[in-house]
This record gives sequence, structure tokens and C-alpha cells, in this order.
Amino acid sequence: MPPLSPPLERALSNEQELLADWLKVQVSASTMRADLISEHDLREQSREFITHLRNAMRSGIAFAPTSEVWAPVCEFLRQLSRERAHHGFSPTETATFVLSLKQPLFDQLRVQLSGDSGALMDSLWTANTNLDRLALFTMEVFVKSREEVITRQQQELLELSTPVVELWQGILALPLIGTLDSARTQVVMETLLQAIVRTGASIAIIDITGVPTVDTLVAQHLLKTVAAARLMGADCIISGIRPQIAQTIVHLGVNLADVTTKATLADAFTVALRRAGAQGPGATPL
Amino acid sequence: MDKIPILRMGRFLLVTIQVDMHDRLALQLQDDLTQRIVRDRAHGVLIDISSLEVVDSFMGRMISNIAATARVLDAETVVVGMQPAVAITLVELGLSLEGVRTALNVDKGMALLREQVAAAGRT
Repeated sequence: MPPLSPPLERALSNEQELLADWLKVQVSASTMRADLISEHDLREQSREFITHLRNAMRSGIAFAPTSEVWAPVCEFLRQLSRERAHHGFSPTETATFVLSLKQPLFDQLRVQLSGDSGALMDSLWTANTNLDRLALFTMEVFVKSREEVITRQQQELLELSTPVVELWQGILALPLIGTLDSARTQVVMETLLQAIVRTGASIAIIDITGVPTVDTLVAQHLLKTVAAARLMGADCIISGIRPQIAQTIVHLGVNLADVTTKATLADAFTVALRRAGAQGPGATPL
Repeated sequence: MDKIPILRMGRFLLVTIQVDMHDRLALQLQDDLTQRIVRDRAHGVLIDISSLEVVDSFMGRMISNIAATARVLDAETVVVGMQPAVAITLVELGLSLEGVRTALNVDKGMALLREQVAAAGRT
């Protein structure tokens, strides 16, 4: 790619005018979020972007996220995009920041090259491709930061949703709320087993009243938890099985024969108390 | 070569695994234990694995095998003190040690053994 054409260089160096035009476009656009960003901040961001862009484009290398010349631009956009994602800008509003530079920049080029349509086309094309790629890059970072937010929230939910309650000496209850997937099962299992070690419990009641659906996978996860607890020397009772879920389990052919199941937590607790009592005083937990 | 000690407590044998198990050690233990059950006419075996932090499928199978062998020789086996991480690993490996009795600690394991032996009518 040839070095930067003089008209583009002039247009980008003419910072005052370009910045003024660009700000006008941004502020008047429907995507302007006056509630989230002040005009002063926007001006600062815009000025910084033009400076970085000019430096990078002088090299004549087309935009690539890995290119060293473009590193300051990338870093700037990455930060801007992340900031906007966290502040609640929409994807369109974020991408418009870069794309809205087109109009003032093209206007400048047109004024400079009004006689030479060939040169005008060339300059426009260079500016256009680079700005498009930059906008795409911005979007990519935007989406990534949003995904990070989602992942963090999932993590927080995981931690919130697995309490282990000690109902009685040696009897634990684990009320499960929400769908059980592999990741959650892992957390549930770990929490339960640690609680068994900590409390010396010999019976654990897994209550699935809050589990909306039970499919083969969820059933398998439940059975795994039961098996792991058994290895630690604790018996499990599954309670809170709703009528529809009981039907589903039978239709799916899931084998719960080896596990004690009860319709309600109260029933399960009664059974657990009887078993704990039947062990006699010699076997009270340490 | 180091050996895992087998202690005798009345009619029961107590095995405490304190070192990192490797395959040869496990095989050795199986041999020793089988011979001790016969020699001491033991009615129960208690295996304490509370210090065991790493298991693989081989080790899981060894525990099953030891329990099965003991049952053939008419002795009950109780595995006690399994760490949570070990339990999860075994379940993920698909080894839920069917037929092996488990307890949380040595105390409970002993109580379980006594109960079983009493239920079988042997004192």
C-alpha cells in the first residue's frame, strides 16, 4: 500500500475543523447518548482518536489488529469499547463512534479534490476500508466485554444458588433451585461433600422442588451426586419430586431404584430422623 | 520397598493408607491383605483412605477388588474417610464402588462393621 495520499494527510491534520465537524455529526445523531457521556468527554475521545488514527495511517499500512503501527489505535478503541459496554451503550451507538467520522472526513476530501474524481475515489476508498475495519474491531471488543459480563454473572449465580442447610445433627438438606447443568452439578457436589466432612452428617436430603425440569442429563447429575455422597459414607434422599417430574422420570426410564425418594421434604426429614435415631446413641456424629 | 501396614483390632483388620499409592503398592496391599484375612480369620476389614488425595481408575478398581476378595473370604469391607475430591473423581470415572460399604470416619466405620457382624450372627 502506498504512503498516505497528501489530501488524506491534510484532511486528518486539519484537526480543528475535522473535530468540530465530527462532533457536530455525533451530537446531532440519534445515537448520541447525552445521558451517558458528556460533550466534553466525547470531544476528548474524538481528539485522541484522530491523533492515533493520523499517526497510524501515515505508515500506509492497512489496518490489522496485530499490526504494531495500529497498536495505539487498537488499545484506544479497546478501552473505549469496553467502557461503553459497561456503561450500557447499545452496539449501534458504540459502532457509530467510528463510523460517524466518515461523513466529516469525506466532506473534507471532497472539498480538496473536487476536480479530480480519480484521486478522490482512491482517497475515499483508503479511508473507508480502514474505518470499516476499525468499526468491526470495535464491535468485536464490545461483544467480548459483554460476554465477560455474562460469564461473571453466571459465576455469581453459581455461588449464590447452592446453600447446604443443617436440619438436624447429622442431617443435611440441599434445596436446589433452577436448572441443573454440568457446571452447577459440580459446584453442588463439591459444596455437599465439603459440608458432609465439616458436619459429619450421615444423611443428606436433596430437595428438587425448585428444579423446573428433569431430563436424563439432570437425572444423571443427581445420581452422580448421590453416588459421590455414598462414597463419603452418607446416604442421600431425594425429595420434592412433583407429579409431572415423577412421570417424566418413569417415561425416560431413569433408574432411581437405588435411591430413596420422597414426595416432600417433610417426608424425607421424617425418614432421615428415624434412620439417624435408629443408629443408636453410640453412633452420634463427632 | 515400603509396605502398607495392616493392623489387627480384635476380629477386624485396619489398613491406613498414609503414603501416595502407586500401582505396585496397591497390588502388594491386595496380596498382603488377602493372606492376613485368612491367617487371622478376620471378620471385617476397615480401609482408611483419608490421606489419599489422588486416585485414578486403577486405584478405584483395586479398592473394588480388595472388597470383592474380602467378601469371598467372608469378611466385610468398609472404606472410610474418602476426601470430597477423591469421591468426585471416582464418580466422574464411572466407578461408584458398588458393593463397597463406606463411612465418613474410622469411628463410624467401626460401628458399621460391628453392626454388620452382629447382624450376621457372629461375635
